[in-house]
Amino acid sequence: MFDFDNFREIWSTVKKNKLRTFLTGFSVAWGILMLIILLGAGNGLRNGMMLNFRNYSLNRIEMWPRWSSMPYKGMQQNRRIKFKTDEIDFLVRENPEIDLITGVNYHNFEITYGEEYNSYSVQGVHPTKAVIDNVEIHSGKGRFLNDVDIKEKRKVVVISPQMQETLFRNTDPLGKWVQIGKIPFQVIGVYYVENNNYDVPAYIPFSTSQALYRAGYGVDEVAFTTNGINTQEEYEAFAERLRVQMGQRHWFDPEDRRALGMWSTLEDFIMISKIMWVIRVFVGIIGIVTLAAGIVGVSNIMLITVRERTKEFGIRKAIGATPVSIIKLVVIESIIITLVFGYIGLVMGIGVTEGVNTIMQAANNGQTSNDSMSIFSNPTVGLDIAFFAMSLLVIAGVLAGYFPARKAVKITAIEAMRHE
Amino acid sequence: MIIELKDINKTYYNGAPLHVLKGIDLGIEKGEMVSIMGASGSGKSTLLNILGILDTYDTGSYTLSGHLIRDLSETKAAELRNRMIGFVFQSFNLITFKNAVENVALPLYYQGMKRKKRNAMAMEYLDMVGLTDWAEHMPNELSGGQKQRVAIARALIAQPQVILADEPTGALDSVTTVEVMELLRKVNNEGMTMIIVTHEPSVAEATDRIIRLKDGIIERIEERKAHV
Repeated sequence: MFDFDNFREIWSTVKKNKLRTFLTGFSVAWGILMLIILLGAGNGLRNGMMLNFRNYSLNRIEMWPRWSSMPYKGMQQNRRIKFKTDEIDFLVRENPEIDLITGVNYHNFEITYGEEYNSYSVQGVHPTKAVIDNVEIHSGKGRFLNDVDIKEKRKVVVISPQMQETLFRNTDPLGKWVQIGKIPFQVIGVYYVENNNYDVPAYIPFSTSQALYRAGYGVDEVAFTTNGINTQEEYEAFAERLRVQMGQRHWFDPEDRRALGMWSTLEDFIMISKIMWVIRVFVGIIGIVTLAAGIVGVSNIMLITVRERTKEFGIRKAIGATPVSIIKLVVIESIIITLVFGYIGLVMGIGVTEGVNTIMQAANNGQTSNDSMSIFSNPTVGLDIAFFAMSLLVIAGVLAGYFPARKAVKITAIEAMRHE
Repeated sequence: MIIELKDINKTYYNGAPLHVLKGIDLGIEKGEMVSIMGASGSGKSTLLNILGILDTYDTGSYTLSGHLIRDLSETKAAELRNRMIGFVFQSFNLITFKNAVENVALPLYYQGMKRKKRNAMAMEYLDMVGLTDWAEHMPNELSGGQKQRVAIARALIAQPQVILADEPTGALDSVTTVEVMELLRKVNNEGMTMIIVTHEPSVAEATDRIIRLKDGIIERIEERKAHV
């Protein structure tokens, strides 16, 4: 059905009608190019927002024990409430909303390496802390705490870039031993911070922290992310349930607001979710509108092309062309043009967005301070979207060629040939 | 008889029904050169369309070289047109973006012949109409007479049973008209059946038989055997 000679016949009409080919092709390439650039810009906006607010992208709750302020069931007020290790298991067991959970123990120690020392905060945490609080470790910078560290109560520490700078004078700290207080810990990783200005902690395994400084069982605070809590009301109900649960375990009045400290990022989370939704809708509308414009453009040109060629079709028919062969001529021609030029537009669009991305990254790396808010980041489009858009334009071109061509071949050859 | 029309009727239904052909009976022998004359509206274009399998008829029967032309699929009609009929038109109807050889070779493309072979054959036919030197020229670089000769070569290349010419000299001056008619006669002398629709008496005079149409019926047929 499709031999090379067929293709050559189609190719010769494409080649000999350069203006027509160029116009169709240009509108396809332009449509794809604009689509990718606009979608890229929209994605850049979204990625920028995500980058700025990634610390709020999860609903995160912190809960810590305080002092009771009301007498309850024979217990005195002003009694110290204390969390223990089994608190964590209990919370996970009783509350399906809780997704990731970590204990947090707060310490302050002098950390010493060789001649250098400074006072730092040190947190005993679980490996989940990395996800809950976005603690990133870039490649070549070691690793975060893991389950084996917890299980074996290893004396290992993940330090901040400031510590590397101050204690190690920017030499490689991995595998070196530092003194935390009086106890040696081995450095296993340096995490990444965007903002070098404020004091950030060193992380040690939670179990190690408990064993060394909390008599083996103390828990200063639990922090966790939740699933399925998306409104203020849901959060209030959930917090109330936690108070009741804790009140039963630790003998305080659920109405006692001072017995339990609780803090959540829900409000930020709700706001960010809304912003993300708006941006997603915005990007979607841009995409649909651009694509629609492209489809209209391609269809229009195909329509005009077929009208213009009515006479040629008449001649071909009189010579012995079957209607199918004429429709095939139009359809394959439009597929070739939309594919070739669509691909050109796609490559150009990807080139432009990746180029802008590279330039932006280069500009960011040149900056010494990173605390300026970037509203634009990684303005690129997934290849899947680009190819999807291209296929849509190809289909539009085919349909826009097919229907008028089918109509054109129904006109008798004599009439078609009179068509000017 | 290569063409046999029996009681052909054709009515167009564009608004009011228009009975264009009212029972045409016509037989044309192989190797004949006939002309069809008639005023506009006499039905000669319709008759030509039916003869060329470009249009259908309502009742009657049309037999072309033993094939009954009736209720054909578009594909079958196209195939018969390709193999049995060569068209020559008043406005030449060359494809503007193809050069002379490619235009001549086009019917063979639709027969599925390979490019090299069909272009070689096209060159032979261009040689026959005296346009070898113009083979690579585009239609807009050719004069009217040259274009019509290219069109005649194209009509001949598939070695059809019959050539249908619709006002073949209508767009040509008198000198070129004579040239083209001589070419058509030469082709006819080699045994090709030829039907020419014309309103020019000088053209009709050059054929063997003149079929005069009036209001959808054959008014009269003039035998002109003596001419040759």
